[in-house]
Amino acid sequence: MNKPKVAFFDFACCEGCQLQVANLGEQLLDILGVIDVVEFREVMSEKWNKEYDVAIIEGSITTPHAVDRIKKIRKRSKVLIAYGSCATIGGINGMKNNFELDEIREHVYPDNAKHFPTIPTMAVDQVVKVDYYVNGCPIYPPEFLKVIKAVLKGIPYAVPDKAVCAECKLNENVCMYEKGVICLGPVTKAGCNSWCINNGNICYGCRGVVTNPQEQAQNDIMVKYKISLDLMLNKMNMYNKCREIDKDE
Amino acid sequence: MSKKVNMNIKVEYLTRVEGHGNIVVNVKDGSLGACRLDIVEAPRFFEGMLRGRSIFEAQHITSRICGICACGHSLSSIQAAEDAIGFKPSQQTIDLRKLLLHYEILDSHILHIYLLVAPDLLGVPSFSPLIKTHNAVVRRALRMKKTCNDVCDILVGRHIHPISSVVGGFTKLPREKDLEAMHKHLTDMRVDMDETVQLASTLKFPEFDRETEYVGLVSDDNEYPLLMGDIGSSDGVRMKKKDYKKITNEFIVPHSSAKHAKLSRESYATGALARLNLNAKKLHPKAKKVADALGFKTKWTNPYLNTAAQLVECVHCIEDSIAIIERYQKKGINHNEEVIVGLNENKQIPVKAGNGVGAVEVPRGILFHNYEVDKDGIIKNANCIIPTNQNVNNIEHDMKKLVPEILDKGQEKVTLALEMLVRAYDPCISCSAHFLDVKFVK
Repeated sequence: MNKPKVAFFDFACCEGCQLQVANLGEQLLDILGVIDVVEFREVMSEKWNKEYDVAIIEGSITTPHAVDRIKKIRKRSKVLIAYGSCATIGGINGMKNNFELDEIREHVYPDNAKHFPTIPTMAVDQVVKVDYYVNGCPIYPPEFLKVIKAVLKGIPYAVPDKAVCAECKLNENVCMYEKGVICLGPVTKAGCNSWCINNGNICYGCRGVVTNPQEQAQNDIMVKYKISLDLMLNKMNMYNKCREIDKDE
Repeated sequence: MSKKVNMNIKVEYLTRVEGHGNIVVNVKDGSLGACRLDIVEAPRFFEGMLRGRSIFEAQHITSRICGICACGHSLSSIQAAEDAIGFKPSQQTIDLRKLLLHYEILDSHILHIYLLVAPDLLGVPSFSPLIKTHNAVVRRALRMKKTCNDVCDILVGRHIHPISSVVGGFTKLPREKDLEAMHKHLTDMRVDMDETVQLASTLKFPEFDRETEYVGLVSDDNEYPLLMGDIGSSDGVRMKKKDYKKITNEFIVPHSSAKHAKLSRESYATGALARLNLNAKKLHPKAKKVADALGFKTKWTNPYLNTAAQLVECVHCIEDSIAIIERYQKKGINHNEEVIVGLNENKQIPVKAGNGVGAVEVPRGILFHNYEVDKDGIIKNANCIIPTNQNVNNIEHDMKKLVPEILDKGQEKVTLALEMLVRAYDPCISCSAHFLDVKFVK
């Protein structure tokens, strides 16, 4: 059997999601037994000049050059996976869109801003078609394994479209609102097994907003706990600012 | 230097956050022209994006600067934030942060030693051919990496973008069984660590010497300073961390978008080698023994030995981590210290206006975070200076000394020596890996 040719590509991101692969430990060798990794800049210098069976895209699109590059990769790839929050929803890079681009550029590089062409941060599917999504900042390794299996079998993977609260309740965590702090669990897609809340922190919304957020219920929560809309929006804009941009396709 | 040598070396790269570089070397008629490491940062504008966010969100956001040393960024960020609002962490919090920093350094060093350096020293282009030829070594590397990841999972929820380590302390503190599990992981790891030391002692590092100024944290007590201390140098400088800008003295050079740094002389080095040169006496006895065995006397001036220094630190981090855990197994963790912060909506932690600095030794050297906040704890200004930026200038000075010394060995060997030099500084993993793609401009 011919092993599928798999390539990893990074755009603007911290590359932590790629490292999550290395953190699989010896399990990684099992995966490498069924796929053929042909490009993975973080660990190898080899290059591949033919078609990719699977392209795994990390990072968000933030420069004109990146737009061209992702379009070229899409053309050469049978299956394209958006991998990690930066790729699936724009993620933390989207915070840049809270500012005027010229202003933030000059703030960080006062002397040579012109050397840093930048465009509003976009998720990968705001530029090209995406076939599979692995959400999260960072990605949740058990979910990555599920997606890889689905890709290899050629069947779709449905990202859970219920709220993080559904998993959080099963984990018997005390609700963060009861502790007096805001949590984005009620509007955020599940699938991470409420990772952050299990560890005493809040949900920051890194997996993206569910397709049909229960707006009325969220409104009730905000009234009950006296939370201002501004504070809520400010929280949402940490990972989910890019949702304001329309999808390209 | 042979008189008629012409050489143009250009090692190209792809941009990325922590600093990607081009190696550019031009030799004409035997004399050295351009000789530099160009750094271009893929701009993500973190310092700009932080403005207007709550100081309680800073560690969450800045940990995302780098997936490799997310815990290091997080710890420096927390220190700067607490300094800015005048919060003093408890002793237990400080100890557990030290433990976290040990895990971080251990994880990153192992990745560097095995993934980047070992292939060079074993004569293969990357890690993947080793799966066939050195399967036991590969399995050991992955096993050690996994262990670092597992102990981080237990302590802070995960290694990449830690969850429970926040301004004020920890949102979840380890239970007795957690301490036990971490203890077992680390004591089990000793076997693999011993074998790693064994392997390293058989490897031959390139010979080259250039003494420079070594900069790192220093302190008056007997602890190898990683989380806290003043900033010191081998040239006798000692300053408080609030004066960090006087240490880095950043200046702009035309060929590179990254600012360069210098202190008492033309350049300085930070990282494992600098730390060893400043504080070797304070290492754990077992780590000292390894340093002795590797030939460390009082100072190493060969930058290639940064990798050996990392190995010594790995032993120190494992042993000191075990010691910290055993201390808390004896006296117990006070779980009343668990904090609930979120955005600090319920004002658990008092906030005031201020300006704070974090200076933490992360795997690649000293990392500075600096925040200025208003009376509500909203960030007005932010500044981060990463170790790689501080080292670039020193790397270039190394290159300028190295190239003429080895010029007669030919282009291929010079290129490899330069790549290995840059890689020794461990500027950041993907960045160094990419130096493997070499292009000659004729």
